[in-house]
Amino acid sequence: MRQQFTSLEAHGFESPTTQSAFSSSISSSSATDRRLKALARHLVDASPVMDSHSQNPNDTVSPSPTSSAFHADSVFAHIVRAPEDPILGVTVAYNKDPSPVKLNLGVGAYRTEEGKPLVLNVVRQAEQQLVNDRSRVKEYLPIVGLAEYNKLSAKLILGADSPAIQENRVTTVQCLSGTGSLRVGGEFLARHYHQLTIYIPLPTWGNHPKVFTLAGLSVKTYRYYDPATRGLDFQGLLEDLGSAPSGAIVLLHACAHNPTGVDPTIQQWEQIRQLMRSKALLPFFDSAYQGFASGSLDADAQPVRMFVADGGECLVAQSYAKNMGLYGERVGALSIVCKSADVASRVESQLKLVIRPMYSSPPIHGASIVATILKDRNLYTEWTIELKAMADRIISMRQQLFDALRARGTPGDWSHIIKQIGMFTFTGLNSEQVAFMTRQYHVYMTSDGRISMAGLSSRTVPHLADAIHAAVTSFA
Amino acid sequence: MAFRAVMSRRGTNRSSDIGARWMSTWWGNVEPAAKDPILGVTEAFLADPSPSKVNVGVGAYRDDNGKPVVLECVREAERRIAGHSNMEYLPMGGSVKMVEETLKLAYGENSEFIKDKRIAAVQSLSGTGACRLFADFQKRFRPDSQIYIPVPTWANHHNIWRDAQVPQRTFHYYLPETRGLDFASLMDDIKNAPNGSFFLLHACAHNPTGVDPTEEQWREMSYQFKAKGHFAFFDMAYQGFASGDPERDAKSIRIFLEDGHLIGIAQSYAKNMGLYGQRVGCLSVLCEDEKQAVAVKSQLQQLARPMYSNPPLHGALIVSTILGDPELKNLWLKEVKVMADRIIGMRTALRENLEKLGSPLSWEHITNQIGMFCYSGLTPEQVDRLTSEFHIYLTRNGRISMAGITTGNVGYLANAINEVSKSA
Repeated sequence: MRQQFTSLEAHGFESPTTQSAFSSSISSSSATDRRLKALARHLVDASPVMDSHSQNPNDTVSPSPTSSAFHADSVFAHIVRAPEDPILGVTVAYNKDPSPVKLNLGVGAYRTEEGKPLVLNVVRQAEQQLVNDRSRVKEYLPIVGLAEYNKLSAKLILGADSPAIQENRVTTVQCLSGTGSLRVGGEFLARHYHQLTIYIPLPTWGNHPKVFTLAGLSVKTYRYYDPATRGLDFQGLLEDLGSAPSGAIVLLHACAHNPTGVDPTIQQWEQIRQLMRSKALLPFFDSAYQGFASGSLDADAQPVRMFVADGGECLVAQSYAKNMGLYGERVGALSIVCKSADVASRVESQLKLVIRPMYSSPPIHGASIVATILKDRNLYTEWTIELKAMADRIISMRQQLFDALRARGTPGDWSHIIKQIGMFTFTGLNSEQVAFMTRQYHVYMTSDGRISMAGLSSRTVPHLADAIHAAVTSFA
Repeated sequence: MAFRAVMSRRGTNRSSDIGARWMSTWWGNVEPAAKDPILGVTEAFLADPSPSKVNVGVGAYRDDNGKPVVLECVREAERRIAGHSNMEYLPMGGSVKMVEETLKLAYGENSEFIKDKRIAAVQSLSGTGACRLFADFQKRFRPDSQIYIPVPTWANHHNIWRDAQVPQRTFHYYLPETRGLDFASLMDDIKNAPNGSFFLLHACAHNPTGVDPTEEQWREMSYQFKAKGHFAFFDMAYQGFASGDPERDAKSIRIFLEDGHLIGIAQSYAKNMGLYGQRVGCLSVLCEDEKQAVAVKSQLQQLARPMYSNPPLHGALIVSTILGDPELKNLWLKEVKVMADRIIGMRTALRENLEKLGSPLSWEHITNQIGMFCYSGLTPEQVDRLTSEFHIYLTRNGRISMAGITTGNVGYLANAINEVSKSA
């Protein structure tokens, strides 16, 4: 960043050419001139400081009373345009494409069989309840968010009978979806934890490194995905975590790893847990797909609950973007499981100090919807059914794609498509093949070969299979 | 289970055995944080059982019955939204429609800057989020700069620029002797600051003092900013709420724009649309041309992405529904004026009550000041007495939220203020 800073002088602030090259959209009205003239006389007479400044060659603008409309040079003139976000940029490109057969497998947002975004029935019902309740107000939430929502969210991920909750050892704060929970947790760790390194899996969601770096942590990686097997590099994972410094933070995807869809088995999770506890590594779970991976909320929460059950501490970032379809409402929560209620209370007070100068307090709408659903037995049950339907549709798309590739005799082993879990499949396609698929078949995905299964339907599976087949046979 | 039993027999805290380290807490050194001075007041108020308690702490509007208000235009907008919108992610820069309408409010309905696409603007998490994004942006792209903040200001301003790691300086603003603007010192500070300094200005209804520069004073400030090449960042949290007229409340900004400054603005709908908990606002930076605006906007998005990815949808939908419909917009303007007028009415009532009680002190400042807050001039000790003897809750800097005053409690409040201040 330092090299981007240049002094005002270097930007020609005092250069006459800059002065005269002002945009014509700034009107130099004579009224303005008259006023400036009057003011200048008043100020020059009254203030000796003004005079000495006008002789200062470093003055940016000559305070001449008759100068025509002042045109400031921007103090941000040196800024270059940032590259498109690689994930969100895919949708931008997709939207520009006029082809009728285009397929968006970029962003992980669920789509129905008809390719439409889905608002869950329970969400619509909750929405109506909220709108019809005239006693509802829009006051500020507390800094930590909606209390009811926080309790219900902790129960959802940790289990209603979790001893940690019963012992008041958990502090939960409402945050802006998964991203916000990770950022707040990261900033808290950077201020209060003794080991400022976080290990993230290779690969991981593209935004993870930026979130933690800006939070003030130093980011390292541990081996995770094995391209050869398109599965877990378990040995590599154990080795890398085993050689991490004691106390280091470790980011774990609770289920449905993004972008690979490769999850450890329960037995592997147990080994990971033992290794981490023996080295005092601090677990930081990112739980963005609870219920969405297997269809069961409890099954998808197992890894987190295993760690909490051993009595140790951990952080968990939750998101309702996918499993409740609340994407744009930015609903999430950060839970920190501590050793004691007293510690949890102090931790919570410090979390507030991170949040207040960031956005003061979280948005009320999405959290209200979630709380409405989670606390109502009927709505909750309906939700689990809708959630399972989404998960099942994705599992079915995996099967259909696998079958379609087999039917075409596409070279290679594609079983990873049905072995992987969750929203995404790491196809194993390289960036050349991906670019080909976009050019020739109007299939949009991230260049790492990740496809969002949620963007597929029975109708579009054949087109995708054709595209993959062509890509693989054209570029070995 | 056996594993756990073994571990607990080994004893817990402070074990030097690394293997058992995980048994003790990582957070033993975490101190309890100080309570937020403003939000802590409401907490204390809620805990008080007294039937005559009055909350003039937090700046959230109340009607004459002391109840929070949801504007009718907002209720109608929500009725139209519910069931009709999907909840997809907004772009990183937020709702384009909402941002467009919001820029019109600040820059003017027919602003050439909008037409020429010279404004880099993103939806933000209300005013706080806009200030924070700007502070982070300032840190990243003008790392040698600092921010000049008025004394006093909203306490969270200091937290925001501190967390963004931008060094802070202060400039004179409030003069306790007059309970008004310390204009001479303010102008000196502007002149003495190094050329090209960044200044935080409250566009209208200064928080916490309610003291605003006059139009003529704004013009002088603008002129001096020109001479020094300073950057003006406006925090506008009360447009429409101060005088009842949004155009009038944006005057300071329009003056700077006319004079050719390339400013930044943080806008909030928390108060003027009553959307507090929805967290809706906008950060804008006026640039030299469209190309620069595109670049700046892209960089603002790069800062938002690792903070919250994209901003919340619901509040933005409410704003764009209202501002995009002429009838609803008119309704909103009427409702804003009602809120502003009630507050102006309470200012008059409080002052008159105090004068009727025969208070020897001058209470002119109550009606000279503008917006949600009044800087009463009460000392922390007097404030403590208001709370402990009269169950009146306000921040210890003597800031009174006018919105918490009603025809029902203004007499009680005046009496209490008179009691604690008459020996002053």
